[in-house]
Amino acid sequence: MKSNRLDHVLLVAAIAAAWQLLYLAAGPNVISSPAETLTRAVELLRTQAFWDNAANTGAAFGMASVLSITGGALVGLWLGLRQFAGDVADPILGALYSLPKITLYPIILLIFGLGISAKVAFGAIHGFFPIAIFTMNAARNVSPVYYRTARIMRLSPAATIVTVLAPAALPEIFAGIRIGLALTLLGTLIGELFASTSGLGFALIRATDIHAVPDITAITFLIFVFAACVNALLHAIELRVSHDG
Amino acid sequence: MSARPHLSKVALTRILILLGALVTLELLCRTGIIDRVTMIPPSEMFVALWQIVESGQFKQDILFSTYNVAAASLLAIAAGFVFGAGLHAWPRARRVVSPLLSAYYAVPTFVFYPLLIVAFGTGRTALIVMGTIFGVVAMMVNTMLGLDRVPLAVSKTGAIMRLGPVRRLFLVRLPAAAPHLVTGIKLAVAYGVIGIIAGEFILATAGVGKRVSFAYDNFDNKTMYGMLLLLLIGVMLINGLLTIWEKRLHRRFGQR
Amino acid sequence: MASLGAHISLSGVTKTFESHRDHPAIHALGPISLEVEPGEFFSVVGPSGCGKSTLLDVLSGLGKASAGTIEIDGAQVNGSVPDGVGAVFQQDASFLWLNVWDNVAFGLRRLGMDAAEIERRVRNALAFMGLTGFAKAFPAQLSGGMRQRVCIARTLVLEPRVLLLDEPFGALDQQTRLLMGDELLRLWRETGATVILITHALDEAAMLSDRVGVMSARPGCFIDIITTGWPRTRDSRIVAEAHFGSITSRLWATLREQSLRAISGN
Repeated sequence: MKSNRLDHVLLVAAIAAAWQLLYLAAGPNVISSPAETLTRAVELLRTQAFWDNAANTGAAFGMASVLSITGGALVGLWLGLRQFAGDVADPILGALYSLPKITLYPIILLIFGLGISAKVAFGAIHGFFPIAIFTMNAARNVSPVYYRTARIMRLSPAATIVTVLAPAALPEIFAGIRIGLALTLLGTLIGELFASTSGLGFALIRATDIHAVPDITAITFLIFVFAACVNALLHAIELRVSHDG
Repeated sequence: MSARPHLSKVALTRILILLGALVTLELLCRTGIIDRVTMIPPSEMFVALWQIVESGQFKQDILFSTYNVAAASLLAIAAGFVFGAGLHAWPRARRVVSPLLSAYYAVPTFVFYPLLIVAFGTGRTALIVMGTIFGVVAMMVNTMLGLDRVPLAVSKTGAIMRLGPVRRLFLVRLPAAAPHLVTGIKLAVAYGVIGIIAGEFILATAGVGKRVSFAYDNFDNKTMYGMLLLLLIGVMLINGLLTIWEKRLHRRFGQR
Repeated sequence: MASLGAHISLSGVTKTFESHRDHPAIHALGPISLEVEPGEFFSVVGPSGCGKSTLLDVLSGLGKASAGTIEIDGAQVNGSVPDGVGAVFQQDASFLWLNVWDNVAFGLRRLGMDAAEIERRVRNALAFMGLTGFAKAFPAQLSGGMRQRVCIARTLVLEPRVLLLDEPFGALDQQTRLLMGDELLRLWRETGATVILITHALDEAAMLSDRVGVMSARPGCFIDIITTGWPRTRDSRIVAEAHFGSITSRLWATLREQSLRAISGN
């Protein structure tokens, strides 16, 4: 265990060192040093403008997450419990999953305009497919013996789903949610980079336009920290939800 | 034997659903329920595509994007392979780096694009670098996984035949890892496409993405949808071919 | 397909695995002292975890002994694989990306052998192992027993002086195992190689070998070596002989106590 913490320290040190080297090689017109970035990041965190943008992105991400999770889980469950429907949908979902969703961005903008609903849509279409696919597979992979047991116990369909299917399928569903949310965040941010008038992605583009290197580096850094925290949180939940004890 | 009719029924239903979706879309557009400003009928999309291909008016952009994707994919595959094999041979380093690798696709790596523009300008270099760093870790992870999964008896056989470590790697262990390597290649290409096309959408001097973005800004739906269809078909073709290769390899290995 | 068997000599061989983050030092094997005559068929039986596989690793040069000397035909073996050693393992080691012919030809091609000679040897080996009709097939299409035959054929073409087998039939069903045993005897007679067979199946050891060494629980040492006295022309039908029963009962008598010790984790 002690070695593990040392490994983490080594990793952070290695990243910081590589970053510093990159800074020394490329110069302050390309990237800011770790120290400067941290300073600028702290400054930004004190500005109202940053938090407005962050709230904007956060709201879009939140709504998109809710949509992709509920939509993906419901569709996945429905397809997973019906053998025929699942068989039909499986390759279609797979193909849509591997399709680069960016090809749909202009269409979404035409449908939703430039507001927050477009961003939510971007995020949702990214997260929907992996969640649906994982949920479908999770439901299909529930051992038939569980259903037989539920019938012997004379459980109603609703009770079966809630007390038997859901707990059995949860680890796999959660793996899909973890991937789906990462993609939802990616989709939301790319949407903001592409066409938006608010949010952290927009702030990034504006900083790029005026070549404000410390801002670009700091905002990128903060987005990464946020994403890493979300991932760590989901990871912790996943460990608790998993059946591996 | 009873499985056969069921399979055709599934395939038939699938085709019907896809056709039905297309026809519905066509009708919705033609009847004006979906207005022309938002979307043109699918039939017109195909016509637009045909015109673009025939006239060759965007040949430069298509070549630009294709070159970028090819370059980024090859770089991601080569670098991912080398780093993956290297980390596999150095377990301590692998242990240190592993949290970074597993979190890599959980963070929106694409937000590096603005930094790349600052470094390289808005030309193809930034795009290729973006595509490469997006895909490289997928190849790394799959290379390591593939080497992990080489059965001990197989690599021992290489040792018993007195093959040196280099020959053992290239003649025995890497071929044994082939299914995973091909999956890595498929992912590296997929991420390359996403990174480059997204980059071209957002800020670039040329390319398919740039054409789409330009057409969108100018309310030129015909060109926009025509190019999007071209992009869609291109992506499906590449992915389809790679998937066939992947499936063939899996079959030879007995679905490992 | 002639190859002459090598003389194997082990003297005071031990193997200790160094302490590691996950576990303390493990004294896995030895001390082992043994002389195996050229062309002899020698089996090793013992409880799980006694170090049988470690013995093969060290003997083949795949691993290094911690102490003692190992000699094959007078030449020292010390952590690198000497010429003329062949090995077949329990797990399927067939190369899934090559067809049967290319699998068998693999070792010969690495040695840069003349193409005509490779063709001749591979053809003979396939015929010997009954694989002629499967030359173009891929291992994934074959049964477990067939795949093991491919691995044996691949070793055979190299005309080894020493053949090491680490529970090669462990993953197969009993009937296939007995038939494969017959094939192994045929192989042994044909090549004249010295064979060391690791097995947990007492009947297999008793039936196939000239001598059977019984290993103790970890750290494995030889606590009994039984000479079977079978004629060279034997096959699986000797299980009917009365002598067979006495060999297996003697093996079990010695082994039973060791197995109990191994299970209780002594």
